[in-house]
Amino acid sequence: MTQEAASKLIEGATGAWEVVIGLEVHAQISSNAKLFSGASTEFGAEPNQNVSLVDAAMPGMLPVINKKCVEQAVRTGLGLKAQINLRSVFDRKNYFYPDLPQGYQISQYKHPIVGEGAVLIDLPGGEMKTVGIERLHMEQDAGKSLHDQHPSMSFVDLNRSGVALMEIVTKPDMRSSEEAQAFVRKLRAILRYLGTCDGNMEQGSMRADVNVSVRKPGEPFGTRCEIKNVNSIRFVGLAIEYEARRQIDLIEDGGTVDQETRLFDIKTGKTRSMRSKEEAHDYRYFPDPDLLPLVFSQEWVDEIAKGLPELPDEKRERFIREYALSPYDASVLVSEKAIASFYEEVAETSDPKAAANWVTGDFFGALNKAGLTIESSPVSAKQLSELINLIQDGTISGRIAKEVFELMFDSGDDPAKIVEEKGLRQVTDTGAIEKAVDEVIAANPDKVEQVKEKPKMIGWFVGQVMKSTSGKANPQTVNELLAEKLGVSSDN
Amino acid sequence: MSVDQNTVRHIARLARIAVTDEEVAPLAKELSSILDWVEQLGEVNTDNVEPMASVENLALPMREDVVTDGNIQDQVTKNAPGADDGFFAVPKVVE
Amino acid sequence: MTDLTKLTLAEARDKLKAKEITSSELTGAYIKEMEGARALNAYVLETADKAAEMAKASDARLQKGEGGPLEGIPLGIKDLFCTEGVRTTACSHILDGFTPTYESTVTSQLWRDGAVMLGKLNNDEFAMGSSNETSYYGAVTNPWKGKGEDKALVPGGSSGGSSAAVAARTALAATATDTGGSIRQPAAFTGTVGIKPTYGRCSRWGIVAFASSLDQAGPITRTVRDAAIMLKSMSGYDPKDSTSVDQPVPDFEKALTGDIKGLKVGIPREYRVEGMPEEIEKLWTQGIDWLKAAGAEIVDVSLPHTKYALPAYYIVAPAEASSNLARYDGVRYGLRVEGKDITDMYEKTRAAGFGAEVKRRVLIGTYVLSAGYYDAYYIKAQKIRTLIAQDFKQAYEKVDVLLTPTAPSDAFGIGEKTDDPLSMYLNDVFTVTVNLAGLPGISLPAGLSARGLPLGLQLIGRAFDEETLLRTAGVLEEAAGFNAEPDAWWRA
Repeated sequence: MTQEAASKLIEGATGAWEVVIGLEVHAQISSNAKLFSGASTEFGAEPNQNVSLVDAAMPGMLPVINKKCVEQAVRTGLGLKAQINLRSVFDRKNYFYPDLPQGYQISQYKHPIVGEGAVLIDLPGGEMKTVGIERLHMEQDAGKSLHDQHPSMSFVDLNRSGVALMEIVTKPDMRSSEEAQAFVRKLRAILRYLGTCDGNMEQGSMRADVNVSVRKPGEPFGTRCEIKNVNSIRFVGLAIEYEARRQIDLIEDGGTVDQETRLFDIKTGKTRSMRSKEEAHDYRYFPDPDLLPLVFSQEWVDEIAKGLPELPDEKRERFIREYALSPYDASVLVSEKAIASFYEEVAETSDPKAAANWVTGDFFGALNKAGLTIESSPVSAKQLSELINLIQDGTISGRIAKEVFELMFDSGDDPAKIVEEKGLRQVTDTGAIEKAVDEVIAANPDKVEQVKEKPKMIGWFVGQVMKSTSGKANPQTVNELLAEKLGVSSDN
Repeated sequence: MSVDQNTVRHIARLARIAVTDEEVAPLAKELSSILDWVEQLGEVNTDNVEPMASVENLALPMREDVVTDGNIQDQVTKNAPGADDGFFAVPKVVE
Repeated sequence: MTDLTKLTLAEARDKLKAKEITSSELTGAYIKEMEGARALNAYVLETADKAAEMAKASDARLQKGEGGPLEGIPLGIKDLFCTEGVRTTACSHILDGFTPTYESTVTSQLWRDGAVMLGKLNNDEFAMGSSNETSYYGAVTNPWKGKGEDKALVPGGSSGGSSAAVAARTALAATATDTGGSIRQPAAFTGTVGIKPTYGRCSRWGIVAFASSLDQAGPITRTVRDAAIMLKSMSGYDPKDSTSVDQPVPDFEKALTGDIKGLKVGIPREYRVEGMPEEIEKLWTQGIDWLKAAGAEIVDVSLPHTKYALPAYYIVAPAEASSNLARYDGVRYGLRVEGKDITDMYEKTRAAGFGAEVKRRVLIGTYVLSAGYYDAYYIKAQKIRTLIAQDFKQAYEKVDVLLTPTAPSDAFGIGEKTDDPLSMYLNDVFTVTVNLAGLPGISLPAGLSARGLPLGLQLIGRAFDEETLLRTAGVLEEAAGFNAEPDAWWRA
């Protein structure tokens, strides 16, 4: 076992345990209309407004598949470096629930549209790991039951009924909550790059069923529990942490884990059993006789592949290669499509390395502080690159630049305008700087003595000069003058 | 008899059809006789035969991604035995 | 007035076009017959006012020399077809009061072509039955009676209302559906013509589903020519039905050339089943002679898996039905029986809403799809289906059309077989193979039994070759010269 793997083990009373995690992620396919009907997929409509007679399962209604949804599933499969199956089959999954109007969900059981693939995840410390994809299949979403509107009734809204979902199933390859969270983050990034799912977990566009089991390292897999419908990356982490500990405690107390479906309660941070065993499901899958096998050509797949955008992994490699970024910076910058695009726009007209520092540093910091997303940033990529160029050409110092950036962020103004208006242009006039240097030396004879013993103290003098010039003095000139006048090397 | 009374109760539960105690025994008998009769399919060697789900050897036709339907809440709920404020209303579901 | 109801559809059409009669006169005559024949229980809903209105509109068009191919023709509609604003129940209690807000594709094409709706016709509940005795609205009585008998006979099923209405001249023609013989067997029992077209020829959209991979709509009429005219209006590709086939619809009437010289007619030896009444055998031989006399070549063929068609059907059809009928849950339409919770409501609603035969089939279907039985029953049956389709394929390498009896007996008495589901199922022994293979089949009256009851012969064609089927049927019809009529004992 590698050191990294060992560090992920969970300590129990009887020794170390390994947690084994597999995910089933349900991602809503981005499309205008539903998978098998012409009703809109738009979020937030009045109850039962985005519902066709097909979605309400009126007698004699029949499904007709949306080509865009198929294309999106293929595109996603390609993005997951997965096998695309040119022939797949829709099955009916039969069960009764008020928000399932047909009494069955149209899904793909034995013959999914996408087979095995792989996703590379980024872990803290720059570690990378491959998580295997078992399959991806298309299916219908169910409607929504509201249980808290009436004392004795539940209300059913079918707006989501029939919306296209992709279920993406991983292999049980993850070994910690961090890995599972990194997977969801990476998958969401890929889907967003591809434009096949908006990845919006708050609106339910993406949710995960988490399969958790524990074992002693090297032993066969333990019995797993499935935690249903976890709807944020944070909860994925919390649910796994809780569930792994629960299972370890249970086994160490002499119990056994029952294979069951559980729910994560966000209020208590605990998982609890969802269905009793006697209600064991028998979904009676069989091919939907209202639909024929889904068949398309390799040429069509090739056509879709041609239109695929550059994905995070390739972009990361290119950033390292083209912009000489560190692997860490590159990973951060490609983690979201919008960030990567923003960065590239900045780097196009300024120094790429400085651009990376600015985007991942002050820029992210300011966005975070203001609670804004990159899309709603008051500072444009063009403005940020202008700011960087003002530093590069010596118009302002790095320190002043930070001040200018804050003003840009507050006002949305161009950096040149702020520099002019506030008179922040860097002082490169040696005479003026020399005057300031002389004043500082004259005012601090004790420090002048000390600096002879400790040359590093020159930094203190630089600071004082910068302060007296309101930061506008060119730091290099200040350094050189001080070194000369104090008789110490400026290399320190 | 291929279907016993417990099996009848089980599949009736799966199919969400209430059966009374009086109905179970005759149902078990009827279902058994039908299933015993279809057992004759066992005589046919079907090794290497593909199951046929559809008589048509065609690919699934696809439609364009255009919103052509919906906004018919009144039609959707018109026949509902229980409806309230645009919702369907059912006895409370307990998870 | 009764003279008007003696006309065939083709004759009435020609007289309407020639303005010799009006649709209001013709429709009026049919309304009178319909209202006078309630003893038959063929109609579950009479729409006389609507019919009169539609007839008036047709007359206006005819007066201007306009109008479609069925302009002014009064029809009865099987209650399986959803009709906008007109109660549609599939003759099941569970669809109590259901009034569709939409019109089935097939019926909308009939109205497009100018037809007039007289009312909704009785059928076996959800089309599950061979005698029309499982209808929630009660059995239909066959207009025909045995010589010197007063016993009430069944009109066949499931389209028993359709066959009885056409035989009793209470509709000029009727729509029907056929899943295992539900058009052809009732036609044979009532001395009418019934054609089940190739699977995919008529849209299933808006027809209450029984078994999706087998269901097909078709007409029941008085003559082969009438069937050709009706079928043309009912047929055609429908993008709302994924199993509808995009094939041009020929002018079927033009196929009735009367010339079958050189046509190869196959006689499948496996249809000579044990215990078949001698008179059926004789009729079959007579049919062979008629075709021979008309210049056809008779070829002995083998369809070796014929005997397994019926048991395979009684797996496939109930399996699909168990899923298709899951939508009847008391939530969105139809009957609801309140319960203490949602499951209780489902179980009480479905127990009260479904009749005994429907329950039987839903339970069988649930069983054969359930875990552990799926391969042994459902997959096995689908493999048998493949073999049956191959049998036909091989036969059609040698012949153009097949000739068989339609049903193993003449009409039986109401109540005679209701206690023995298996003996009831055996009624479909000659018709069910055609559904499993998706082929077109037609039944036409060819003679009377010793009891003076109609007997039918069945022709089976190649997929999408209804023209050869109709041409051959026309020749047989001509040769048989069947012109017997039931005594109008039912007239009020």
